Amino acid sequence: MISELFKRVEFYLDARQNKEIFIYPGLNLGAEHSNVHTQAEATVFGFWVFLMSDAIIFGMAFATYATLLQGTAGSPGPRELYHLGPIFIETLLLLTSSFTFGMASIAMKYKHPTSHLVGWLLVTLVLGVIFLGMELDDFRTMFAAGGLPTQSGFLSGFFGLVPLHGLHVTAGCIWLVCMLGQIAVHGLDSETKLGLLRLALFWHFLDIVWIFIFSVVYLGGLA
Amino acid sequence: MSWSTTLNHPLGLLDADSFPFLAMLGSDDSDIFINGLLGSFAAALVVISVMVVVALLTRYRAWRTLWFDWLTSADHKKIGIMYVVLALVMLVRAIAEAVLMRAQGAVGLDGGFLSSDHFAQLFSTHGTIMIFFMAMPFLTGLINYVVPLQIGARDVAFPILNSISLWLTVAGAALVMTSLVVGVFSTGGWFGYPPYTGTLYNPGVGVDYWIWSLTLASLGSTLTGINIAVTIYKKRAPGMKLYYMPLFTWTALCTAIMMIFAMPPLTVVTLQLALDRYLDFHFFTNGLGGNQMNFLNMFWLFGHPEVYILILPAFGVYSEIFSTFSGKVLFGYKSLVWATMSIAFLSFLVWLHHFFTMGQSGHINAVFGIASMLIGIPTGVKIYDWMWTMLRGRVRFSVPMIYSLAFIFLFVIGGITGIMLANPILDYQVHNTVFLVAHFHNMAVPGVLFGMLAGYTFWFPKAFGFRLDERWGRISAYCWIFGWMGAFFPLYILGLMGLPRRSVAYEQASYVPLEIVAFVGALLVAAALMALVIQLWVSIKHREENRVFVGDPWDGRSLEWATSAPPPEYNFPVVPSINDRDAFTAAKEFGVGYQEPDTYVNIEIPQNSAMGPVFGGTSFLLAFGLVWQIWWLVILTGLVTIGTLVVRGFQRDTLKIIPAETVCRAHRHWIQAARSAQPIKRSQEHTAANKGRAALETVEVST
Repeated sequence: MISELFKRVEFYLDARQNKEIFIYPGLNLGAEHSNVHTQAEATVFGFWVFLMSDAIIFGMAFATYATLLQGTAGSPGPRELYHLGPIFIETLLLLTSSFTFGMASIAMKYKHPTSHLVGWLLVTLVLGVIFLGMELDDFRTMFAAGGLPTQSGFLSGFFGLVPLHGLHVTAGCIWLVCMLGQIAVHGLDSETKLGLLRLALFWHFLDIVWIFIFSVVYLGGLA
Repeated sequence: MSWSTTLNHPLGLLDADSFPFLAMLGSDDSDIFINGLLGSFAAALVVISVMVVVALLTRYRAWRTLWFDWLTSADHKKIGIMYVVLALVMLVRAIAEAVLMRAQGAVGLDGGFLSSDHFAQLFSTHGTIMIFFMAMPFLTGLINYVVPLQIGARDVAFPILNSISLWLTVAGAALVMTSLVVGVFSTGGWFGYPPYTGTLYNPGVGVDYWIWSLTLASLGSTLTGINIAVTIYKKRAPGMKLYYMPLFTWTALCTAIMMIFAMPPLTVVTLQLALDRYLDFHFFTNGLGGNQMNFLNMFWLFGHPEVYILILPAFGVYSEIFSTFSGKVLFGYKSLVWATMSIAFLSFLVWLHHFFTMGQSGHINAVFGIASMLIGIPTGVKIYDWMWTMLRGRVRFSVPMIYSLAFIFLFVIGGITGIMLANPILDYQVHNTVFLVAHFHNMAVPGVLFGMLAGYTFWFPKAFGFRLDERWGRISAYCWIFGWMGAFFPLYILGLMGLPRRSVAYEQASYVPLEIVAFVGALLVAAALMALVIQLWVSIKHREENRVFVGDPWDGRSLEWATSAPPPEYNFPVVPSINDRDAFTAAKEFGVGYQEPDTYVNIEIPQNSAMGPVFGGTSFLLAFGLVWQIWWLVILTGLVTIGTLVVRGFQRDTLKIIPAETVCRAHRHWIQAARSAQPIKRSQEHTAANKGRAALETVEVST
């Protein structure tokens, strides 16, 4: 098993060095266009770098939340406003959507019929939209209980972080619709595949950020 | 924000009083009149300049050329040039403001001619422009132009993204310029600390102009950072290991990495401040659980790396220049690389030294003080490396070298005052005095700006095909150097005497003589700028006798000199293969420069795209709408911006092909010119004989 893995890595490095049959791992772009693969490497690497930069944005928002946690200024705090029930369901929805996107990636990589890929993407989209709907409902409940961002530093910190994630998910959903459109117009060409790969990275990244929100914002706030 | 308010106020907060010119006419207060007159004069200059440019473009029927050859171009070289043009335009305004401030200082005993509000706007715009719209575009422009050539690439990794970054920066700069004509700018300094910049103390549009221009600039710089880093990691010519890269490319890489990690905190604080101001959040307010120290920490978490984002590319330029104009390999290449990396790393660990006096414990101050002093070590290593590069070299005192030598002397002084300020005990004494102003201008002008100007002189012939006038260049350089010394050495002393920074007037008569010296220095700086303009004018006029089409006017060492001047759109007809540092010098010494390849192939390069200018236009209008709370404009431009992205996603075939025959013809023409050009010795460098072909005379001295 291990030696098999090493063999694969060696093969990959060899291929890279010779620039002969360099194939971008995880994607099925066709072996005959080696240019496509080298460009794919830069494109996907660039997107990873963008995600690192975006992670700093979230990091700053987390730090702000943590330092403002005590600044409730007499208005409702985490204990009055957080309800773990719906949050837990939202967590499950988002984690499941990451799984379904993973299935979509597999369908793309192993050339399953395009209908499979589209099906998994649609499931992902529906899960994402339900997540957003539930999150908005959370905010509505919080507003009703007096939890408005204008009330205190704590609530500003909360509404500076959690809706930021929500906006990212919204952008992800719009992007997903666009990718479905691109599949319809262009089929599964290299550009569409690369777009889907980047969207997948984005989607999983947002999943990880949500895990931190669940642990730091909700569990941490209630601790 | 409801529909009825939108219908009743289609222009948001905008009305006749928003124009300082009209407000001035309506006032009978003489103070308001004088300040209004100055402001209106500046505003008129902006409006008239724009009108003149439009008229000239129409007169010479240049709109098509401008649009198709420049604005929509995805060529990294043209984008680089546009960045530098933006930087130079903004430099003019910021220098004018600096002179005005020093003039106020010279007569500021118990008054002066500027109102405190006007003075505050001056130092706020001066700082904002110099950092975000002069230094950043300048270094981004040089990096954009030079780095792909130095690493043997055809373009950057993401050409269209590059264009978008440029246009976001342009939109931010345009917003600052607009504030001169419509409304006011922030009075909160370039770092805009709340709660002063909150709505409680600053209800007007000034701070909003500051917020949105910075947000646009920081988004642009983040994308630039990603682009440059990926280009350097993934687009190097075959055989070019990291340790074969020219030092300028190394510094560009470090700067790019810092942009990726340091710009996001700025984006976050400006947006949080916007939430405080627009939606009544409490991130930084005094009451209700807000915490303004968050702003300081995050701002300087950006702000300190930013200092090194600015200085490292300048270090890269100096490294190239010391080596080229001493005719020697760079001394201690690896130590310079490691010093650069160490500075980039340490820059993230020292942000707190910007507010030693804000109430942390002595222990924390000590830690950050020591960390700050540590940066002196790698910087010292660099200074020695540069001096040893010159040692026993044939040093030519041309313009770039004059800037570089002045840099070494002056930068060491700035470094020493930096070490002084890094000591919290001393910092308590001089913080918020003009001593600090003198210190950071010591780093920013002889450090950053001299580097940028040296780079501009150095690479100008590569970009435009002719050399800049040497005589006016020298005049300008000496005016910059002595003007800077005259303007800022007095400020060190005034700071020790206790003159607070950012004060419009003072009551101590003993400040006056040194203030006058500083004003004279500032006038000399203005003369330097004038000389720079004259230099450009004279050079364009005499461009025919200064042509260097062959492309190597300074006996350069790295790959960018191995192409014609200006280089073809695709940079290299055949991607070069690298097996040494100083690749072009090696090629020249082995006599394998100016060779024809066996075959030519079709070259794919990105097509022009209107994405960049459209993005710039909509983001400018979006920001303008936000400043003046014109909500329909915000929604409209927001939708157009998103729509542009979506449409672009659907586009295919964004490349165009340059056929092999065209490449072949252009390359043969150049080779022919190179072979027939007379190789010239370094002593003829500044004569008309220099057609860009260097004679072999480099004497390598082992050290």
